[in-house]
Amino acid sequence: MNAPLTAADGEPLKKKLAREQRLKQFKAIALVAPLGLFLLLTFLVPITSLLFRSVDNPEVVTALPHTSQLIRSWDQRGLPSDAVYSALAEDLARAKTDGTLADASKRLNMEISGYRSLLMRTARKMPLHVAPGESVRDHFIQIDERWGDPDHWHAIARNAKSWSPYYLYRSLDLRENKSGVPELTPVNERAYLSIFGRTMWMSLWVTVFCMLLGYPVAYWLANLPKRQSNLLMILVLLPFWTSVLVRVAAWIVLLQSEGLINSGLMALGIIDHPLQLAFNRTGVYIAMVHILLPFVILPSYSVMKSIPPSYVKAAISLGDHPFAAFWKIYFPQTLPGVAAGALLVFIMCLGYYITPALLGSPEDQMVSYYVAFYTNVTINWGMAAALGSLLLIATLALYAVYSKLVGTDRLSLG
Amino acid sequence: MVPEVVPDNEVLVSFRGVQKSYDGESLIVKHLDLDIRKGEFLTLLGPSGSGKTTCLMMLAGFETPTHGEIRLNGALLNHVPPHKRNIGMVFQNYALFPHMTVGENLAYPLKIRNFSKSDIDAKVMHALSMVKLEKLAHRYPAQLSGGQQQRVALARALVFNPQLVLMDEPLGALDKQLREHMQMEIKHIHDSLGVTVVYVTHDQGEALTMSDRVAVFKDGIIQQIDSAYNLYEAPVNSFVASFIGENNTLEGEVQSLQDGLCQVKLGDGIGLTAKAVCADRAGARTTMSIRPERVRLNGASEQCANRFQGKLQEFIYFGDHVRLRMDVAGNPSFIVKVPVSELDGSWSVGDSIALGWNPEDIRALDPLNP
Repeated sequence: MNAPLTAADGEPLKKKLAREQRLKQFKAIALVAPLGLFLLLTFLVPITSLLFRSVDNPEVVTALPHTSQLIRSWDQRGLPSDAVYSALAEDLARAKTDGTLADASKRLNMEISGYRSLLMRTARKMPLHVAPGESVRDHFIQIDERWGDPDHWHAIARNAKSWSPYYLYRSLDLRENKSGVPELTPVNERAYLSIFGRTMWMSLWVTVFCMLLGYPVAYWLANLPKRQSNLLMILVLLPFWTSVLVRVAAWIVLLQSEGLINSGLMALGIIDHPLQLAFNRTGVYIAMVHILLPFVILPSYSVMKSIPPSYVKAAISLGDHPFAAFWKIYFPQTLPGVAAGALLVFIMCLGYYITPALLGSPEDQMVSYYVAFYTNVTINWGMAAALGSLLLIATLALYAVYSKLVGTDRLSLG
Repeated sequence: MVPEVVPDNEVLVSFRGVQKSYDGESLIVKHLDLDIRKGEFLTLLGPSGSGKTTCLMMLAGFETPTHGEIRLNGALLNHVPPHKRNIGMVFQNYALFPHMTVGENLAYPLKIRNFSKSDIDAKVMHALSMVKLEKLAHRYPAQLSGGQQQRVALARALVFNPQLVLMDEPLGALDKQLREHMQMEIKHIHDSLGVTVVYVTHDQGEALTMSDRVAVFKDGIIQQIDSAYNLYEAPVNSFVASFIGENNTLEGEVQSLQDGLCQVKLGDGIGLTAKAVCADRAGARTTMSIRPERVRLNGASEQCANRFQGKLQEFIYFGDHVRLRMDVAGNPSFIVKVPVSELDGSWSVGDSIALGWNPEDIRALDPLNP
């Protein structure tokens, strides 16, 4: 056995080395810590709470604790036992005074409309004075005959736990049937599937337009002498330095019926009545492509810049036509940059809010619009969080598919 | 310079009165008359900006001559697009297609020419065996070393059997040892295939070891086109003498001319006899050039017509030989090469040593600083 190596001062070498390494690691952590903390507070915590809120369902459990506890053992057939009715009576009497009833009744009203007034009306009759021998159930049915309807009890049963897939199901146009299995809602109640579909579809087209318009510009920039390309690069970047809101407002001015483009075309006699360019899909596409174009141009440009012209020259010298050489040799090498730009644009599109909101018709609104609607207008955090979470999941899933197909290690942002 | 007369059927490429300008203000190629013979290894040598690469690019078709004619096998080439010229080319950075394997890179020109799958496979394997890389057909260029990439580029330029192959400083990125090895390999491939090679380099050692003929470029004009031996031993002007190999210069004024020799008076009044190359009249300024290995020292110099005393300034040790820096006839950096075996142990810095050379070894050329 060899004795462990020691340093000149007799301390084992390994120990000395480990201490040195620890110091280095500590320095690295200390350098990263401020940003890590910032990200934790501004990114991870909000995202986690968003994901949590999409399944969070505290209202009924808080307002009706006893009822929730008892109804869980209900066999879901017929009406619940008298014990459940008495528990509800007890809960309602207490909830009326501690102010939790409003939230619970709002929540149950989402399940069956009219539930709010039912609860309020019943709560007013509390506490209930039940003579021995009388059935609490009969008293309830006497107050309102809906208490004799099992559906209203199913609604409570479904919300008797502090989490629920309700918002997520709603966001996918699903609902739980009586046995708790999700099924599609009737056609006339469906909304969100088509909104998700529209969001993906519009993002796809914006990405395609950005690629078609951005690729030639990037190619041109990459092949210009440095002085000219720097100047033109500033023109490409110029939109970045203006707020999105200002740019959208400018597009409204340009595109509306009496706007510059329409009046210009009419003055030239090319058209005789204004084209509908704003407040529809066309306007949204124009403005979004304009705003997102640099995100395709920049990574494509930086990748193209790194491809020496000798590749295409070599292909031509080997006998290939210049166009074929471009397609077979140059284009495949630019894919990492173009793909990175396209992915960037597509993901940014998925979350776009302000441009469709200002330049689109109600038919052109994307998922973010409804997230904003539920947070700002109806204050329904559950729906807002569920829509947001699904958008996040869809984005991650697309990214996964994409990285499987293209390979994220081949992406290049320059 | 009048080009040598070569029978037409031996000429593969001819440049006639070719000029090239990029900006319309200056000519990068001033006037080019050049015949490239079938099967020869011709090197275009010159400092950067001398027009040698432009000549190569005009031949490949990536640049068009501003004036003049380029003919290949007698047919005018000026308006043939580069992809129809059937000229192989090896680029400085190899330009191997990074998204294709070695085999696919080599198959590329063959697929364009619509060879059958089995023909392509056979030709690719043959080309790879020529550069000894048969086992690497499925590797990607990024997985190869610099020398291997260089060989693949060479194989790709040869795989479609072009009669002419152009090489644009192909060994520039390799280290010295590998470069020397590849020089010999390219030379051997050239000898065995009989293909015509036009090779561009700024490395004069490379040009001398590889070429049948070397064309020395400066300022868009060919200064001299000749065999390596003649370029080194008989440079026609001061630029060629100083560009190729090491060379000592002495400035002087021609006194008289006789039988191809001239009497020259140096700045400090000493006279010497030199071979008259550019010196054509008495009274003209001249720069004389002598190779360091042609200078003889002490006893060996006694027979020489030109004898001087040199003051030893410095020993520079090179292993197989020693260079002595001496102050000779007003030139303080006059170099003399001495084999280690002939070194006299008693010499030391500051000594005065007798030296001399034959008149045929010192060439009176055009004045370097007119």
